Amino acid sequence: MSAITASGDVKPASSARRSGQKIRTLPFIAPSVLILLVWMIVPLAMTLYFSVMRYNLLNPVVEFTGLGNYQYLLEDPSLWTAMWNTLVLVGSVLAITVVAGTLLAVLFDQEFPGCGIARLFAIAPFFVMPTVSALIWKNLLMHPINGIFGFLSRSVGLEPIDWFAQYPMASVIMIVSWQWIPFALLILLTAIQSLDNEQKEAARMDGAGPLSMFFFIILPHLGRAISVVVMIETIFLLTVFAEIFVTTSGGPGLATTNLAFLIYVRALLEFDVGGASAGGVIAIILANIVAFFVVRTVARNLEA
Amino acid sequence: MNKKTRILGLLATTVLAGTILAGTTVVQAQQTRLTVATVNNGDMIVMQKLSSRFEQANPDIKLDWVVLEENVLRQRVTTDIATKGGQYDVLTIGTYEVPIWAKQGWIKKFDNLSADYDVADVLKPVREGLSYEGTLYALPFYAESSMTYYRTDLVQKTGLTMPERPTYDQIKEIASKIHDPANQVYGICLRGKPGWGENMAFLSTMVNTFGGQWFDKDWNTKIESPEWKQAVSFYIDLLKNYGPPGASSNGFNENLAMFSNGQCGIWIDATVAAGMVFNPATSKVSDKLGFAQAPVASWPKGSNWLWSWALAVPESSKKEAAAKKFVTWATSKEYIKLVGETEGWVSAPPGTRASTYDNKQYVEAAPFAKFVEQAIETADPINTTKNPKSYVGVQFAGIPEFQAIGTQTGQTMAAALTGQMTVDQALKTAQSAAERAMRQAGYKK
Amino acid sequence: MSSAKSGVLSFVLGWGAALLLFFPILWMLLTGFKTEVEAIATPPTLFFSPTMENYQAVFQRADYLSFAINSVVVSVVATALAILIAVPAAYVMAFFPTKRTRGTLLWMLSTKMMPPVGVLVPMYLLFRDFGLLDTLTGLVIIYTLMNLPIVIWMLYTFFKEVPPEILEAGRMDGARAKQEVTLLLLPLALPGIASTSLLSIILCWNEAFWSLNLSAHNAAPLTAFIASFSSPEGLFWAKLSAASTLAIAPILVFGWMSQRQLVRGLTFGAVK
Repeated sequence: MSAITASGDVKPASSARRSGQKIRTLPFIAPSVLILLVWMIVPLAMTLYFSVMRYNLLNPVVEFTGLGNYQYLLEDPSLWTAMWNTLVLVGSVLAITVVAGTLLAVLFDQEFPGCGIARLFAIAPFFVMPTVSALIWKNLLMHPINGIFGFLSRSVGLEPIDWFAQYPMASVIMIVSWQWIPFALLILLTAIQSLDNEQKEAARMDGAGPLSMFFFIILPHLGRAISVVVMIETIFLLTVFAEIFVTTSGGPGLATTNLAFLIYVRALLEFDVGGASAGGVIAIILANIVAFFVVRTVARNLEA
Repeated sequence: MNKKTRILGLLATTVLAGTILAGTTVVQAQQTRLTVATVNNGDMIVMQKLSSRFEQANPDIKLDWVVLEENVLRQRVTTDIATKGGQYDVLTIGTYEVPIWAKQGWIKKFDNLSADYDVADVLKPVREGLSYEGTLYALPFYAESSMTYYRTDLVQKTGLTMPERPTYDQIKEIASKIHDPANQVYGICLRGKPGWGENMAFLSTMVNTFGGQWFDKDWNTKIESPEWKQAVSFYIDLLKNYGPPGASSNGFNENLAMFSNGQCGIWIDATVAAGMVFNPATSKVSDKLGFAQAPVASWPKGSNWLWSWALAVPESSKKEAAAKKFVTWATSKEYIKLVGETEGWVSAPPGTRASTYDNKQYVEAAPFAKFVEQAIETADPINTTKNPKSYVGVQFAGIPEFQAIGTQTGQTMAAALTGQMTVDQALKTAQSAAERAMRQAGYKK
Repeated sequence: MSSAKSGVLSFVLGWGAALLLFFPILWMLLTGFKTEVEAIATPPTLFFSPTMENYQAVFQRADYLSFAINSVVVSVVATALAILIAVPAAYVMAFFPTKRTRGTLLWMLSTKMMPPVGVLVPMYLLFRDFGLLDTLTGLVIIYTLMNLPIVIWMLYTFFKEVPPEILEAGRMDGARAKQEVTLLLLPLALPGIASTSLLSIILCWNEAFWSLNLSAHNAAPLTAFIASFSSPEGLFWAKLSAASTLAIAPILVFGWMSQRQLVRGLTFGAVK
């Protein structure tokens, strides 16, 4: 809120002009708003409809069941586990990528021989399809017998770690973080580079060490960029699916079942369209709660 | 100004190019194009390769292949057929789906097959598994049961011998002596990856032979029972003590890779693997390979499963004649012969026809043939368990709800295997989840 | 003195981090050129004579080119359409904000937080009824809509950086809204539009849920190609690596070539 009032002094001119322009802009914005509305409303309406129907694809008698699907879902202990797992996954990956991204951004802001090439290597994981990266990590790296990690721990005399059995959630977090660190790095590096060089020089002249430079000059400047990273990543992390599907199938037990995977299980392993739709509705509600709290806190920074 | 027009022009051309490309794929020549959906298993990949022969013989038919991993394929195909999407003309489905889908009227009958096809030649359990109310609804591409594979060299070193039909106690004893993790040789490899077609396929046969079952004759769930507890504890004990690390993410493919690479002493799995582990091109252990029947415990039946991958034609397909022509070709004696001659007899699709097992060339090339045929002939989907049951199927229950129940149970068993739950907890969780699902589906009030 | 030392330090740390992040991709690349037996050998084979047999096997099994063309067409066309639709919306939001603008933006972004699998069956039925299953048009539509919220939001942040005075000056000269956008705003926001497009193309390319579920053969992109290699029987590490390399190579090269553009655009807008 404060951001809006702070920038309010620029706005009067534009809002004054708005009243005169209103009619002319309507046909302009209409197509996108219309398309978005249709996109939102049609599937939403259909999802709502199916969520009160008993409809199993394998046994296709569609009949009204009222809130039966919701009751079934809310009584299911796995729903709460899945919500918790979703939060853990999103929270950990956000923390890891922001911290690692910031450190790497500071590092790549320095000039060193071949830094352009090194930067290309560092951002490469962002371009890899989630399915492919999960397959590489599962089979080539984390496989306890044939993987590189297993080889490394054996060569220093340790038992190889059976990643997906012993630390399933940590393994998934590791893979997802690997994919998103480059994104954070890219955005944060851009932000650091847009920092005034003169400002940095001046601070250095005043005798600021690298640490105080980082904490008093660079970090405050990154606030907005971090918000961007957090927001965009949250959107994608809430629906992480391929990495879980390929590596752990949500297990062992429910250890890595997040909400997206739980709905997948309902929809495509159990073919319970009614239950999956109810899950979808719950996910929409949750998404809006998250949008309301998390994004809103972050969004303050975005309104500059 | 210039820049702007260039960008708009670029946008326009890309959109235009996209529409044209989209257009060309829809408009096609007069040929009948069949979309064939299949699993990426070795035998199907051979089929895809050899299908050019079919196209040469039938120039008016062109095949478009959709090859996907088993889980993805199942979800794709089920969504399509249940919503009558009509994207496929030939489907690869299994013994579990065929009767259920036939009941829904989703797939076409195969009722007037030509004499050449010799339907009586198809092994009886396989034929029955693909029928609904006495009519065939899909034709078997290959069929499998389960059996025991072992390394003759490693078993010999222990001084023990593998009986032709071992018990689970004997398996455990041999595995314990072979187990040598320091040299990356593990006593026994079993499926641990969760899924009704993965760990539960194997574990169900174990439960059967330990005297247990999924449901009794009144659809009461019987997971929380002494028989299940005994079987599951034995399974976990085996894998924990004498199995490879990472067992909970090993499915059929992973175990096949490990066994072929010489890392397993014993492996109990699908008979279809025999052709692959015995083939020197794909296996390092082809010359020191032994075969035995699937192990048993207290109850002699139900210890080996029955599955076949079959080709079916969806009701929504508008190209029935061409599709059936292809299906009969790919499941015919001639096709088996074609594979034998081009790929080597050891790779011929197994388990479907008596004539394959009467063929001297095949039996010579495949010393495991007798075991496989016997395993398939003895698998009995109806009289399987010690106590009477209500469902049809050895390693699954032939009801639509089973996929859900089997998969959930598979997850809890994997959790028990990794030590996140005790066996008692796991069985309790699985029992209550299965009861919930059966109640929701209306089997139990 | 200390700058030389810190130069060495950042060289070591920078390259160390870069190689660490790149290692999985590098390893995949190498594995694709090994034989299957070398691929799972422990200790790992570092020196080997490269073989093309995996690539040959992959090409023999699947028509890579047709998958790749589908990926390119769908990503590019969907991105172009999304930009076309988003520009007017972002323009209005940036220059004529109302009380509801921010709420609308957040709502649009929140639509992306729902797992797509929840609406799969409804979408499948819609696609069936409109004859869009397994068509490039269908995938283009779904990708356009899928990326629209992010595209609008990014363009919005870029447009907000354009001083309104410039547009106002144009308006004095009698420019209509359409001209104002095409003649004044777009050229100014070009770097931002470019980086938004790049991001959208990358997201489309890597999307694996809709592409797998709504396509069969005719429209199948590279994500479907990789799904047919993800767990074949027997030894498969090397072939899997070769197929994976083929699936990501185009977008990786594209991303590397355009990363300067991406960074320049970002500097201009969202993260400035």
